[in-house]
Amino acid sequence: MTWVVGTMVFWAAAWAVNIRLAASGLMAHRAGRLVVPALFGITLLVIWEGLVRGLGVPAVILPPPSAIAARIASSTDILWADFVQTFVKGALSGYAIGCGAALLTAVLIDRSAFLKAGLLPVGSFMAALPVVGIAPILVMWFGFDWQSKAAVVVVMVYFPVLVNAVAGLQAAEPMQRDLMATWGASHWQSLWKLRVPAALPFVFNGLKIATTLALIGAIVAEFFGSPTVGMGFRISTEVGRLALDMVWAEIAVAALAGSAFYGCIALIERRMTFWHPSQRG
Amino acid sequence: MRRAAPVLAVLGVIVALWYGATVWMNAPWVRDQAARSGTTVTLAQIVPQTMAQERPVLPAPHQVAAEVWKGVAGQAVTSRRSLVYHGWITLSATLLGFAIGTGMGILLAVGIVHNRAMDLSVMPWAIASQTIPILAIAPMIIVVLNSVGVQGLVPKAIISAYLSFFPVVVGMVKGLRSPDAMQIDLLRTYGASAGQVLGKLRWPASMPYLFASLKVGIAASLVGAIVGEMPTGAVAGLGARLLSGSYYGQTVQIWAALFMAAGLAAGLVAIVGAVERATLRRMGLRA
Repeated sequence: MTWVVGTMVFWAAAWAVNIRLAASGLMAHRAGRLVVPALFGITLLVIWEGLVRGLGVPAVILPPPSAIAARIASSTDILWADFVQTFVKGALSGYAIGCGAALLTAVLIDRSAFLKAGLLPVGSFMAALPVVGIAPILVMWFGFDWQSKAAVVVVMVYFPVLVNAVAGLQAAEPMQRDLMATWGASHWQSLWKLRVPAALPFVFNGLKIATTLALIGAIVAEFFGSPTVGMGFRISTEVGRLALDMVWAEIAVAALAGSAFYGCIALIERRMTFWHPSQRG
Repeated sequence: MRRAAPVLAVLGVIVALWYGATVWMNAPWVRDQAARSGTTVTLAQIVPQTMAQERPVLPAPHQVAAEVWKGVAGQAVTSRRSLVYHGWITLSATLLGFAIGTGMGILLAVGIVHNRAMDLSVMPWAIASQTIPILAIAPMIIVVLNSVGVQGLVPKAIISAYLSFFPVVVGMVKGLRSPDAMQIDLLRTYGASAGQVLGKLRWPASMPYLFASLKVGIAASLVGAIVGEMPTGAVAGLGARLLSGSYYGQTVQIWAALFMAAGLAAGLVAIVGAVERATLRRMGLRA
């Protein structure tokens, strides 16, 4: 009971502090703005821990965060092996191939209005489909190892990136294109010096969407068959054994990997599109 | 018609490539069979045989179409072999989850817009949550809820709700903030309460944003429902068809379930799009 009461008291106190902080002058600074969400996140963890302990929730339903942290600390080698298998081998290689292929396609079909008119609706249609369902087929074709996961990721990231890249290549204004034409720029010069830079904000939008899709694709594809290593494999087998602390540990790693991946792409975007209004601020 | 021609051409090329791939990928099996029975096959014999296999590596488009047709029209809709039956199970979980997720998402967005502490605490997490593979928790939700006695529609709907929730929150916060300061000031000079500003200005102004997130949300909901059907051992639903097809090597069945899922997704997005057009037209936002 003391756990539950203590949790409620902490919650009320943290909430009061957050309201006070939100109204204070601290919010004018960048660092100050991190305090409130951080406190909110800590509060959630404390409520989770307190309620699980206070109400005696069995660990096979919801393990407390402390148990998950202990599990992460005690099985870093397994988590690392799973991370390498799923993220580095499956997701990253698929992401690179899929995005590369999509960007190449975008540049190639850019010259033909007919192809653009034909591929763009098909591409946006495909981007809305539950593409991850293709996982069982690709697992059958490419075997259980990371190649099939990479293939799923390729199919998943291809269409969103393609649609964004094609839209981006049309983003340069007619006036700017005319200027390139008056300078006698060839198609490729105009593409490289004007339209590719102008397309970058769109391209990065697609690349950022694709980061999440890549990780989802690699994990879900492992539900359909995998070697005895990998995040999706670990999640599905440990769920079967009701070792939920391990499942949560994998989810924590996946969340961390996903955010870090997204953050990396966003960082590259800041570097490459520093001139864009959304990046100056 | 002029806009349809390029799309049809691209689709035609895709189907042609598919047929080509069917021959190429299924031919080794035909040759293998022929070699075992000691006969030789000519190319003219290989081509038709690659398109009529029981368990092809890649089924031909017409095989998939026939399987879909058999599953949709050839069975009573209550039959376990009917794709309509499985599709409905997936669709009902999708719609229930979508309704829950959208409702909660809109409520949270309204809260975020009106409460600064909530905005600062929750919004960064809502945005960050879009970068993490939430789908990974699907098996756990299913199994844990199953162990406490909740099964069937609800666990899948929870996953669907979870997946559609965050896009709606992020989109609606943007939408509810889209009226500019001048308009909000005008309402303030009229003495409007916060509720009136919400009802008469913020809510109507957020509609284009709402529909954009609804389209993302309903597609995500469907993926959630499909993935949610896998861990319980493939009982019913399109996800279960995918999984059982992959267990037993029934490739035609997998492709049929996949096309059914694609049709569902396209239908759902089209419905949201139609409602969007009708709403925006009545609001005078789009001609």
